[in-house]
Order: sequence, then C-alpha cells, then structure tokens
Amino acid sequence: MCLSIPAEIMSIDGSMAKVSIGGTIVNASLQLLENPKVGEFVLLHSGFALERVSAEEAAETMRLLKEMGALDPDQQ
Amino acid sequence: MKYIDEYRDKSLVLDLVRKIKSISKKEIALMEVCGGHTMSIHKFGIPSLLPSNIRLVSGPGCPVCVSSKKFIDQAIIYAKMNDVIITTFGDLIRVPGSSSSLEKEKASGADIRIVYSPLMAIEIAKQNPDKKIIFLGIGFETTSPTSAAAIANAYRDKVNNFFLFSSHKIMPPAMAALIDEGVLINGYICPGHVSTITGSGIYEPIAKQFNLGCVISGFEPTDILQTIYMLVKQYELGEAKVEIQYTRVVKPEGNIIAQKLLKEVFTLREDWWRGLGIIPNSGMMIAEKYKLHDAEFMIPVDVPEPEEPKGCICGEILKGLKNPKECKLFGTACTPSDPIGACMVSSEGACQAFYKYNRAR
Repeated sequence: MCLSIPAEIMSIDGSMAKVSIGGTIVNASLQLLENPKVGEFVLLHSGFALERVSAEEAAETMRLLKEMGALDPDQQ
Repeated sequence: MKYIDEYRDKSLVLDLVRKIKSISKKEIALMEVCGGHTMSIHKFGIPSLLPSNIRLVSGPGCPVCVSSKKFIDQAIIYAKMNDVIITTFGDLIRVPGSSSSLEKEKASGADIRIVYSPLMAIEIAKQNPDKKIIFLGIGFETTSPTSAAAIANAYRDKVNNFFLFSSHKIMPPAMAALIDEGVLINGYICPGHVSTITGSGIYEPIAKQFNLGCVISGFEPTDILQTIYMLVKQYELGEAKVEIQYTRVVKPEGNIIAQKLLKEVFTLREDWWRGLGIIPNSGMMIAEKYKLHDAEFMIPVDVPEPEEPKGCICGEILKGLKNPKECKLFGTACTPSDPIGACMVSSEGACQAFYKYNRAR
C-alpha cells in the first residue's frame, strides 16, 4: 500500500506535473512539496509527489556502502 | 531505473551480508512493520542470506490485513446504492467481505472504478454531479496525506458530491501496543515511506520506553541489509536509538506540508486492528470542518458485526507470534487465488509473500 517510486519531474503546470517513471510519463500533484523544480526526482505515491529524492544523500549512502565492502577484512 | 538499480548490486549485497555476519553474535529478532518491506524481504530472499541467529518477523504493516472486514462490508452496502460510484485503489477490489467482494459487486453491475489517485475520484465527481462519489481511504501515513489533499481540494472547489470513507490508521500506537502485549523483538525495521511524511521523531518514545533500536529503512536489498546491520550493531553495543538508513528520502522532520494537512483534515479516534483489537487514538476520522465530505457521517448505514474466518491465524501472524507455515490452512485451503484470511488476500500480506517466494525454500 505504501509503495512509492522515484520519478523525474519533466514539466510543471500550476500544482500539477508530468513526471517520468523510467520513461513512462504520468500526471502527479505537487501540492505536498515546496518549490519543486523540473529535473528533480520525487517519490511518487498514488498520484502525489511525497518528497524529493536527495541526490547528495543517495551518493553518500552509496559511498558508505562501498566503503563498508572495501574495509571488509575478508576481502583484503 | 535511477535510485533503484544501484541498490540491487550483488557485490554490495554480499559485502553487507559479510559485515552483518562479522558483528552479529547474539540471538536477535527484528520486526518489519511495513507491507512493502515484507514483500521486499521475501522477494529478494533476504532471510536466506542471514545467519541463523538473526530472525526477521512481519508485523502489522499491511493496511488491508489489519483492517476490519466491516470496512469492506460497508463499502459493499454503499456500492449497492443506485446513486453511488465507488472509487478505490486496486488493492481492495478482491478483498472478501462477509458475503461478497467489490469485484463480485462490480460483476453484478455496481459502479465501482479503480483509480490510482484520489484526485481521479474528484474528476469523476465533477463529471457525475448527480451521483455520490465515495473514495475508499485505506493506508497509513504515506497514503492519508493524499486523501487529506483530495478532501481539502473538494472543499475548496465545492465538489460536494465527493466523500471519503476513511479506514486510515497511524503506525506508532500499534508498534507500542505490540510490545505492551509482550511480543518479544529486539528492534524495529521502521517504514520508509510512512517516515517520509512523519519524520523520525515518532519512534523516539518507542526506542526510549521499550529500549528498542528503530531504523527507518528503504526498500531495496542493500537498504534492508544496511538497516539490519545498523540494528544488529545497536543491539550488540546495548544501544536503542532511532536512526535513518533511508536518508535519500527521509528527513528527521518529515514532510511538514503533509503533516499540516493531516492535522487540518483528520482527527484521531480509537480503531480496531486485526490481532491487536481496539487501540486508542490509532485511527483517522474526518475533522468537523470537512464533515460534508465524510461518507460515514453523510451516508450513515447499519453494518452487522462480521465474523473472522475459522482456523485463520492472521491475527497471530500480524503480531509476529506465528509464521504463515504454522497455519493449517496455508497453501491448502487458503491460497492467493482463493484466500480465506486477510494476510493471504493482500499482495503485501505476510501469507501471500510467503506463498509467492518461500514455498520452495
């Protein structure tokens, strides 16, 4: 029920947007977000953008994960 | 797909499993309280990767599973009214009520329409001014803001034939009730998308009062394994903190706009949860100002108390006390194509996830 997927904002018209889910374009309401911008990734749930997906935080998580593997003594 | 594929990387998964094995000494049971996590955990075979001292149990995180059959029975009574159009997410269409389902009623001619957003229900209301359009609102804090936005929009635009029938619930009271009942777990895998709205603060009382680690998790394999690593680490060190693994989406303060909207449109009431019974302040009803859009208030009907199906142990499964394989009906009398209990009905129920992904294991 809480399934939500990352989608990219392609265009904005008032409180509505066209967003791309891996190439498929759907309508989404932006009324739960402050100052959304074209090109940002958002989390899409039942026709609403719930939150931005942070590119910085995503990169940081990936860096941490890779660092974990690199430091593993079994792999040295 | 961006923000999905990279979190399914096999070598990262194996690294994480190795790290978990290297720090995990004690027996530990972790509960996920989101149906999305239940699905991911079984779909990606996470339990098979973990050492035997780490046990994952499913909790009351599937809205269809914890909701009363009475909700479906009442929706069916509405569906039979000539001037009503029912709008609903696809999840509810096959859920059996006491004597029928929305799918069967639709086949018999009732006007029941599947929508993927409550905003579509408002459009249907505008196109059918002589009908009452009832949207079936079910789900936790991820979904309730979208219902709240729909009500606020209908109120603003005076779409007076749009009604919400709310079965919306909030998560923390159920998480506390479980521990109060004596369910033994050592940490919570907290719901990522609920927390996107609420922020991480809602778990602080649970971490403090029950001395339980709470980590907010994403839904991909490396997300879930990193969360398990964080919970195991806390437990081994004797800590009980609230942490966010899913930082690319969840902020500590949550989505303030959505929180304000929830407060504006809903008030809390007691609600019934399968397995847990009545929990105070755990359900969401429509606030006084918006009663014009409340299906229960504007279109009151009498609904008989439903009976729970005999032999079904869904209630105990939702509390993590039993697993689906311990049910006599599982996989024989009760299957996804012919379900008896709520945990098999829903695509994110523990029984259906077990049936789909674990039978061969």
